Amino acid sequence: MRESTIMRIHYGTALGAVALVAVHVLFRFTQDFSDSLQYESVIANYQFLPYAGLLEIILVLLSIHGFNGLRVVLLELRQGRAYEKAVSYGCLAAMFAVIAYGSRTIIMASAGTVS
Amino acid sequence: MARRGLAAEAAGTAVSPSRTVTLRISRENPADARGGERGFSVHKVPVEKWTTVLDAILDVKKHIDHSVAVRYSCRQATCGSCGMLINGRPRLACFTKIDELGADTVTVEPMKNFPVVRDLVVGFERLFEAHRGVKPYVVGAGGSGGPPGAAEAAPQTPEELERFVQFSACIKCGLCNSACPTMATDSSFVGPQALAQAYRYVADSRDKGREERLKIIDESHGIWRCHFAGSCSQVCPKGVDPAMGIQLLRGYLLGFRK
Repeated sequence: MRESTIMRIHYGTALGAVALVAVHVLFRFTQDFSDSLQYESVIANYQFLPYAGLLEIILVLLSIHGFNGLRVVLLELRQGRAYEKAVSYGCLAAMFAVIAYGSRTIIMASAGTVS
Repeated sequence: MARRGLAAEAAGTAVSPSRTVTLRISRENPADARGGERGFSVHKVPVEKWTTVLDAILDVKKHIDHSVAVRYSCRQATCGSCGMLINGRPRLACFTKIDELGADTVTVEPMKNFPVVRDLVVGFERLFEAHRGVKPYVVGAGGSGGPPGAAEAAPQTPEELERFVQFSACIKCGLCNSACPTMATDSSFVGPQALAQAYRYVADSRDKGREERLKIIDESHGIWRCHFAGSCSQVCPKGVDPAMGIQLLRGYLLGFRK
């Protein structure tokens, strides 16, 4: 993939994440802030499907943006064909792992399998 | 009192008093079998209001220590040979008057982000290689390298010229690359000099090699590694603004500019 395409995705995910995290923060104003981290409240959020979808999208956007940022930082630290390949594939794998683990949490909480 | 040697009508001209500054010259010889450790030689040099740093270094070289290595040629900020760190900032030695530094001690060191050849002389191989890499010439209609022939030469409006003319002033002195923080860590980074030159030709209405050139700089150590610190533009002795050129080039790559 060309670097300009990757950077387009990088900037796009940043803008998307800012907008959606703003919505996520605004949701906190629907109740007392101290209540928002109560167990029942968190589970209720996950079980409200549009909100669970919002969290999933934020997870994907931030993972893509964050791991590409990490890739860029690591590429600037050291150079070398093997190193750069390892960094690129390593970051891609870590990104998928984080998305998979986060999605699992969201799906399980949303499906009510968390007691 | 009339001074000896001055014409009578010039006797009233105020002559700036000369003073003495301490010139610290970085000394290093990587080729030295003993390890080539870096040190400084310290000299007291008399300076006048018009004395440049290069004048002072050449004064030391001529009268005190012949072994000081310094590269220079035109002495008028045209050849780009005498770039060095002067009191920590990349400058042209021939274009920097000691008086304007406002310091009694002047420290000169080789430019950062370049391999040191000896003392104040650095190797420009990487700079020239990156410069060559972005095809720094107008590509003709047939996609051929080199300048267009007479038949291909096209007139330009002042507005078309305005888009790139400041970037034509680059003298390849390397000061921008020396000031660039990305160059310090990323040894494969193309660098602000080459990127500014890429913009110079991409923005040229006569050039037909835009796509090819954009492809060259659109790689993992290309244009996207610039953090827009802007230090390249701060230090350019010719008033070129590489940081702006890089942002404008990004506009082409992202499709904001046509």
